Amino acid sequence: MAFFRKKKEIPVGLWMKCPSCGKMAFTKTVEENLHVCPDCDHHMKVNGPTRLRQLLDDRKYEAIGEDLEPRDLLRFKEDVGTYEDKLKKSRLKAGVTEAVTVGRGHLEGIAVTVAAMDFSFRGGSMGVVVGERIARGAEDALARRVPFLVVATSGGARMQEGALSLMQMAKTSAMIARLREEGIPYLVVLADPCTGGVSASFAAQGDVTFAEPGALIGFAGPRVIQNTIKAQLPEGFQRAEFLLAKGYVDRVVHRRDLKKELATVLRYLEPRARPQEAVG
Amino acid sequence: MSAPPSPTSERPDLLGPGLPFERPILELERKIAELREIPDVSLNGELKPLERKRDRLLAEVYGGLSPWQVVEVARHSRRPQFRDYVQGMCSEFVELFGDRLFGEDPALSVGLATIEGRRVLLMGHRKGRETREKLACNFGCAHPEGYRKALSKMRLAERFGLPVVSLINTPGAYPGVGAEERGQAWAIAENILEMCRLKVPTVCVIIGEGGSGGALGIGVGDRVLMLEYAYYSVISPEGCAGILWHDGKRASDAAKALRLTSADLLRLKVVDEIVPEPLGAAHRDPVQMVATLKATLLKHLDELSAMDPAERLEQRFRRLRNLGNGLEPLPEPGAEEPNRLLPPVAAAEDDAH
Repeated sequence: MAFFRKKKEIPVGLWMKCPSCGKMAFTKTVEENLHVCPDCDHHMKVNGPTRLRQLLDDRKYEAIGEDLEPRDLLRFKEDVGTYEDKLKKSRLKAGVTEAVTVGRGHLEGIAVTVAAMDFSFRGGSMGVVVGERIARGAEDALARRVPFLVVATSGGARMQEGALSLMQMAKTSAMIARLREEGIPYLVVLADPCTGGVSASFAAQGDVTFAEPGALIGFAGPRVIQNTIKAQLPEGFQRAEFLLAKGYVDRVVHRRDLKKELATVLRYLEPRARPQEAVG
Repeated sequence: MSAPPSPTSERPDLLGPGLPFERPILELERKIAELREIPDVSLNGELKPLERKRDRLLAEVYGGLSPWQVVEVARHSRRPQFRDYVQGMCSEFVELFGDRLFGEDPALSVGLATIEGRRVLLMGHRKGRETREKLACNFGCAHPEGYRKALSKMRLAERFGLPVVSLINTPGAYPGVGAEERGQAWAIAENILEMCRLKVPTVCVIIGEGGSGGALGIGVGDRVLMLEYAYYSVISPEGCAGILWHDGKRASDAAKALRLTSADLLRLKVVDEIVPEPLGAAHRDPVQMVATLKATLLKHLDELSAMDPAERLEQRFRRLRNLGNGLEPLPEPGAEEPNRLLPPVAAAEDDAH
């Protein structure tokens, strides 16, 4: 599992600062540019609901599993406050109830189910409810025989849910295995950053895998690796372009082209009909 | 015997043969051994009470281990490892090497094995015991080629109907440059997915350290068992303490918070059964430990082999699909502090006179 230092990128009213180049830009301009910096092309982090609206036709989706909320099943002991308190704060800060938002909608006219993760909610970490929502999304796609899409961004498993969060890697994988067996296309978009338990489960199981430019993608976070090998990491290590060169992603896709490219691929990968339909 | 090094040392190999809370026990045992060497028969009367005292102390200490002490036991340098189980359980073990893609990873061993007449595919992490061996198998931290070797042999097992048994004992998958370049995340993810649907009976046992994704990479099956003093966690206690409190030395607080012991994980339905360890843990009686695990494995293998394959797969799927669902919060972490049950070392010595 990995952990990231929080970068300052909270929009301050009308203006916001690009976390990469540091230039100020109109918040509205940045939003219209799909949260890509107009100056340096940096792909900023996008929350789950915004991502779904960016990808889906008419910016509309029907939410799945919104009612599921995380609980402190371990009664996790920290120094100050409880896990429940932290969750409450995260909800207020991120404006979502968990680190993934799942919804049904259409992508260039193709019916899809999409799960979009949210790095602003506890570093996009995966606990029981994140795993459960992903699994329900996959189930929904399977039941409707439509493609399942995941936009993955996460620091890894959620420590406060201990081994239960680790087990979500198995739960989500069991569902993706079903999709494979049933011939339901499963597409993954890796967004910055994606490491740890998410990267070592459903995020690495796509039939086709895209990555956003510059996204940090890996099993271990760079700091963990640096501490292990006690040496500087090479420039560009674990970035989307590096993963492309090493053969682990199919395409690095600019956010402005993401919807179009997903639709193009989906037109090749049609969900297999239900077995009984095929027979009858 | 010199005092063991600090328990906070990060590498299990730096821990001496005795853990701090074992010292009074070892002290007693040294006395018992000394007495035994004296040919004077009149001392026999002194021996018995000492032995009884030792057993009582063992039961006391091991009955009240803190989660951090469990982690220490799980990492004990004398704890039985993959090789010990192979030697003790199998009448035959034919190791198979290489992932057919990049290379051979000694951190994860895979082979065809016969356990009491049952032919299986047996795999497990290798930690090594002597320094050279530990270095050779990277302290049980596998690279992608280790996981891919396991996958290729599991597919072989599936083609020929061999059940799969995996023995998990790793601090975690290796976090290095080469491992990342060769897709550690992809290798583990693919193993997990394939083990969700593998058509042959699959039993996984956490025998020592269950370190996160590196453990889960060979840890999905019909049954997941755990030795009594093994631990299974999403992150090492040191790593967790470092993130939460920026202080790796608070590993014992983190171990408590993470609920990584077999008893808690059984309550959370992460594991299906706890395999009991001998009095004073596996390292005190490896022969008995191996025998217990062998008998437990045979029971599960026979049960699973007798099941209808489709039903077995459906049951495995339901188990995986419901992980973390329908649980009640655990009771507050145990109030007992490390060593509270343990009498001071000096007192134990006084009694022994």
